[in-house]
Amino acid sequence: MVPLNAYLAVGAILFSLGIYGLLTKKNAIIVLLSIELMLNAVNINFVAFSRYGLFASLTGQIFTIFTITVAAAEAAIGLAILVALFRNKATIDVTEMDIMKR
Amino acid sequence: MLEIAWLVPLFPLISFVLLVAFGRQLKERAAYVGIGAILVSFILGTGAFLARFFGEENYLFSFDWLTVGDKTITLGFEVNELNAMMLFVVTMVSLMVHIYSKGYMHGDERFPVFYSYLALFTFSMLSLVISPNLFQAFIFWELVGATSFLLIGFYFFKPEARAAAKKAFIVTRVGDLGFLIGMSLLFWQVGSFEYAKIFEAAEHGLLAPGFITLVAILIFIGAVGKSGQFPLHTWLPDAMEGPTPVSALIHAATMVAAGVYLVARMFPLFEQSATALFVVAIIGGFTAIFASSIGLVQNDIKRVLAYSTVSQLGYMMLALGTAGYIAGLFHLFTHAFFKALLFLAAGSAIHAVHTQNIKEMGGLFKNMKITGTVFLIGALAISGFPFFSGFYSKDMILMAAWESGYPVLFWVALTAAIMTAFYMFRLFFLTFTGSPRHHGHAHESPASMTFPMIMLAVLAFGSGFLTYFGLPEWLGEAVNAHEIHGPKWIEYLAIAAGLSGIALAWLVYGRKARVRTNEPTGVHKLLFNKYYIDEIYSVGILHPYRLFGNVLKFVDHYIVGGLVQLAVWISVTIGKIGSRLQNGQAQSYGLITLIGLVLLLVGLTAGRLLG
Repeated sequence: MVPLNAYLAVGAILFSLGIYGLLTKKNAIIVLLSIELMLNAVNINFVAFSRYGLFASLTGQIFTIFTITVAAAEAAIGLAILVALFRNKATIDVTEMDIMKR
Repeated sequence: MLEIAWLVPLFPLISFVLLVAFGRQLKERAAYVGIGAILVSFILGTGAFLARFFGEENYLFSFDWLTVGDKTITLGFEVNELNAMMLFVVTMVSLMVHIYSKGYMHGDERFPVFYSYLALFTFSMLSLVISPNLFQAFIFWELVGATSFLLIGFYFFKPEARAAAKKAFIVTRVGDLGFLIGMSLLFWQVGSFEYAKIFEAAEHGLLAPGFITLVAILIFIGAVGKSGQFPLHTWLPDAMEGPTPVSALIHAATMVAAGVYLVARMFPLFEQSATALFVVAIIGGFTAIFASSIGLVQNDIKRVLAYSTVSQLGYMMLALGTAGYIAGLFHLFTHAFFKALLFLAAGSAIHAVHTQNIKEMGGLFKNMKITGTVFLIGALAISGFPFFSGFYSKDMILMAAWESGYPVLFWVALTAAIMTAFYMFRLFFLTFTGSPRHHGHAHESPASMTFPMIMLAVLAFGSGFLTYFGLPEWLGEAVNAHEIHGPKWIEYLAIAAGLSGIALAWLVYGRKARVRTNEPTGVHKLLFNKYYIDEIYSVGILHPYRLFGNVLKFVDHYIVGGLVQLAVWISVTIGKIGSRLQNGQAQSYGLITLIGLVLLLVGLTAGRLLG
């Protein structure tokens, strides 16, 4: 049997990778990708707990459906913003998205 | 009568306050305020003098002003022989100058300001002479110097006047430093500034002899500065930039006499130290002949009179230094009148021909009989012509010099007397006789100017006769000094010296005014350029001082300024590094948030982990 900690570890690693990508990548599409990765890592956690957790029930898997839906909606909107930004700035480099006065 | 002596300086002070407040509205009527106040002062001052002369005892009034521990500083006033005489002299000359200025300064737009300065000066000088202790004397000593600065720089729009005022104040300040140090040393040893306590300590041997000499010389340095003795004489000739009434009042009769007054007042202390008296006599004698020699060749009428003042003050110091207390003070008395007279007469001539250069004057006697006559009276007085006032006082000084035990002082004094007569009559002949070398038409001055000159002429002629009324002996009562009687032939030698100086001047300038038009050469050049003393001071003292100032400026700008700029740079750099955190990048903000969250979690759970 694969122990619970293994699933949690995989989730944590995926989440960390997602955070790393979110905070350091310059390409906005990669950033959105990293956000998806983070959301899916959370999904793994939910599913693991729904099978091996303290109060194992189907609630975890049902909630995962919700998360996937939200992730999809959010990805759509994120891409729409990206396209609008590209139309204005002709670039998708997040470091260029800056109108702070110097 | 003497209890109200404090009123004497009060009226000039009131005049000053009134003129400062209402001067602009009063304009030329300010003269009446000033003259009125000084007239009251003069009446009171003369009254005090006569009261003291005819037998009233010394009067002292003082109150505790400042007490620290067991030491007390008092303020007040006193009247003794010396003060009473000074009260008379100062109020008399000041009154004459006030009246004279009404005519001389007529038309000047700062007329009331001038009178207010004169009033302030008179107040300071009178308060100085009735001070009962060194501390109060120092306060008014400085105040007198400050008003002198204001008056010398009256024509402040002229750069020479500004420079002269600064020079006067700074040079006398050098002397004042000596005075302050001497005063402080005395307070440290004696515990008081009072004259009586200081003399008591000195006479009862409570002070070491070397200490007495040191303090006496330090206080004398203060007198050297104020009275323009060598080497601090350089400010007096330049002070002639001020209006002529100022020169008459301050730089002839009163303020420069403050130095002599100080030495006379501290005479019991000086008496305890033969070295200090010797220093006083030597500097006085040297200055007398030094300044006379420079005065021989100057062409500015006021400058000749200025060097004459320096020389005559040297005479007074010489007298005091050779224990001729009476001689020195009597000469102060007579000198005040004839020197003020000479300055006022010179001012009258300058007013008429609009130049101070005697090479451009001549033949003024024809149109200015009064001025010419009074100038002649003054010149005869200063030359020691028999029966004029200067004759009596100079005689006493020569006697004291002969009896001092240093014959060289006597010969120096005699030579200076010959030179004095010579340059005075050179002035007279070149200005008033001969054919006119000036342009324009000279006319006699108005009554406001001639009246004071005539009054002073009467005193210049007659004040010597007060010898027969016992004035000099009475002056000496303060310090138990007696007239010094020397050999009779000194009297004749003095008369001969004066007459020979006059005759020499007549030979050279009287018959035909010889006015040199080419540049001076050799010894003449040395004397004309005042022995280059000013240049020596400039190179020897001013240049190193300016260099030092520049070094300090460099230190201030680069080192101290550098430190300040370093502190600023650190703050700005920290700020710049900090501002890189706010770069508008959402990812950096997210990263920082994450780091903060991690730290928070570690902090919260660290206890459980470490157990």
